[in-house]
Amino acid sequence: MTGLIGAVSQVVLVAVGSPLLAGLMRQVRARLEGRAGAGVAQPWRDLRKLARKEPITPHGTGWVFRLAPLVLAGTVLVVAAVVPLVTTLSPMDGVADLFAVTALLALGSVALALGGLDTGTAFGGMGASREVTVMALVEPTILLSVFALSVRVGSTNLGAIVTSAVHDPLEVISPVSLLAAVALAVVTIAETGRIPVDNPSTHLELTMIHEAMILEYSGPDLALIEWASAMRLSVLLGLLASLFAPWGIATAGAGLAAVVLGMAALVIKVAALGVLLAAGEVFMAKLRLFRIPELLAGSFMLALLAVAASFFLA
Amino acid sequence: MTDRLIAHVTPDELAGRAGRLFADGYRLALVAAHEDPGALRVVYLFTAGAPDRRTELHVRLDPNEPVIPSLAALSFPAGRFEREMRDLYGVVPAGHPLPRRLVRHHHWPRGWYPMRADAGPPPAFGDPEGPYPFVTVEGPGVYEIPVGPVHAGLIEPGHFRFSVVGETILKLKARLWFVHKGIEKLFIGRDPGEGLPLAERVSGDTSVGHALAYCLAVEEATGCVVAAEAQRMRAVLLELERLYNHVTDLGALCNDVAHGILNAQSGRVREQLLRINAEVTGHRLLRGGVTLGGAVLRARPDPGRLRAIAADVAEIAELALGHTVVADRFAGTAVLTPGAARDLGALGYVARASGVAVDARRDHPFTDLGPFTVVAGETGDVMARFQVRAREIAASVEVIAYLLDGLPPGGVCGRPPCTTPGGATSGVGIVEGWRGTIAHRVELAPDGTLTRVKIADPSFFNWPALPVALSGAIVPDFPLVNKSFNLSYAGNDL
Repeated sequence: MTGLIGAVSQVVLVAVGSPLLAGLMRQVRARLEGRAGAGVAQPWRDLRKLARKEPITPHGTGWVFRLAPLVLAGTVLVVAAVVPLVTTLSPMDGVADLFAVTALLALGSVALALGGLDTGTAFGGMGASREVTVMALVEPTILLSVFALSVRVGSTNLGAIVTSAVHDPLEVISPVSLLAAVALAVVTIAETGRIPVDNPSTHLELTMIHEAMILEYSGPDLALIEWASAMRLSVLLGLLASLFAPWGIATAGAGLAAVVLGMAALVIKVAALGVLLAAGEVFMAKLRLFRIPELLAGSFMLALLAVAASFFLA
Repeated sequence: MTDRLIAHVTPDELAGRAGRLFADGYRLALVAAHEDPGALRVVYLFTAGAPDRRTELHVRLDPNEPVIPSLAALSFPAGRFEREMRDLYGVVPAGHPLPRRLVRHHHWPRGWYPMRADAGPPPAFGDPEGPYPFVTVEGPGVYEIPVGPVHAGLIEPGHFRFSVVGETILKLKARLWFVHKGIEKLFIGRDPGEGLPLAERVSGDTSVGHALAYCLAVEEATGCVVAAEAQRMRAVLLELERLYNHVTDLGALCNDVAHGILNAQSGRVREQLLRINAEVTGHRLLRGGVTLGGAVLRARPDPGRLRAIAADVAEIAELALGHTVVADRFAGTAVLTPGAARDLGALGYVARASGVAVDARRDHPFTDLGPFTVVAGETGDVMARFQVRAREIAASVEVIAYLLDGLPPGGVCGRPPCTTPGGATSGVGIVEGWRGTIAHRVELAPDGTLTRVKIADPSFFNWPALPVALSGAIVPDFPLVNKSFNLSYAGNDL
């Protein structure tokens, strides 16, 4: 029962809180740059505005275009339900496998890339091509770095990895964890289209990655995509927090109080990571497109080292 | 005021005379067609600096068969002026290597020349000369990206057609001329004083530059002597315009590489400058400061404040260039070689960043600017354009401080405009606006009204340089490169 409540609360928290996280990050950036900012709730206001608009689809697009936002949002919600964010006791624990989660996230990205291609415009194709290039470099790194963490547990189940870390917190402070944490942080930035890989606030069509792909979406479809993108960011930040700072997560035998505590801990951890990321972005600039593979290859190397280290230091 | 040499030549002599002028170091400042009674007349204005020299070649043509030998083989800008003239006046450049439309889009009917006196109201679209002849690049993996003319940001309309393989730009075609307003025609028949508000509005960010070039041209035509004080005030206004535009663009360049904090900071500095502008002229974009025969300053800008702003901007530029990623994005991006800049007749900071030191403040001075030196770069990339503009800010503040030194405090008016001496006259005004050298040429009727105003904005010369610099660059760098040129659409397409 606790597990079910925990899983539901995770999904609700991610669904409601993600736009607020995006708003918080924008607000932090604005304040650090000396601007007033639009307020933390602005993404929700934007979503409300978009959701009220009439749905429009471009001529010549088919079911792929219409389905892509739904698939994207659906996969993120499933990931939010299974990944150990508030509790490790999700009733869908069996799906909380490292490979399944990575594949689910990739499925959402691929669906959106296909939606971009379906428009037949140069921008959709260009954005999809860039997104897939980044994804092809990101996915192996995610797999490898979580794999490095799974070695000591002997399971690729995320719940098991986190539970083991909760019971033995000192495990987290190891070279393996450190290497994997850095690698995962880099790919989280790349996967969610943040600076220095992509600029979420640009209006320059030709430089966009994620935004170019969704250029033809409008109204409720766009709202769904924006919402799903915000959820992806919070799920990935939450996963990062759960893997490397698993304190407060409700584990086996926990009561309702532990779930509430887990929720509070999740909000604090993800907000802190978001603020850190936004503050970091202020000091960064966007890399030249051809430098992005170098960055991602670097993070892949770290993940590979983490795997190697996990065997040698075991 | 420098004397202009005016020579009337026959069409056959034109190429020879022009060739000798080019060999003497002259550049083509503008070409303008005129409708005289019973003839079409084409005026070529050649200018050279150090010392300031201006020579005009006038060619009279048969209005029923206006054909002029093309100078495109001698000068690239000449070829563009000829195409413009063909579109607006129907003067046919014989032997032009690319005799297709430039200003008039293809849906305008053939044989309709809007600048002609008998053009009448715009006719219905029709009788098109076919679709726009984009050159298609063929080969494995080559695709096209069409962008614009309506863009995602608040920018002027222009259509860009990229032929791309992967992310590398093989060819870029910039199709402009979406904002033809007929400004030159609006001048015709107006009193020079009524023309000034038009000149101020040629390009919204260059109101002083165009107003001043226009006033210098009208004053030369009317023989009006402007007080030295008023000329100094005008030079101050010109530098103030350069300051706020350069500061804006330095921030915008940082924003284009997603380093937004420096954009926010230069936005703060820009606002200070705009408020100074408002104190000085009563208008944040400096309108109303330059008047015919004089200048109006409501207040003197404080050199100390401007120096503090210059130090602030220097810090912003230093922070930008000290940032590894920003510097990496700027360095080596979209190089315009000195040879290309010279061949294309590039002007302003675009030319200076490529090591071609053209600057009307030195070449065609209208007042003494003191110890002013032309800022020039070498590498011709985005980095060089950024650095040249950052250094020009410091130079401009020093020029303003020098000019204010001798100016009496408070607002000062120049002498009121003079009246025409009688008889048709002409005048030329050359000014270094913030984008580059602006040239205006006016002709006045005996009754003092304007019969023709020709405006040459530096963007007209610099637009062809953008695709040249971009070949081999990557698509995601285009917005950055475009911003580093920051060319005017409105000033280009009059």
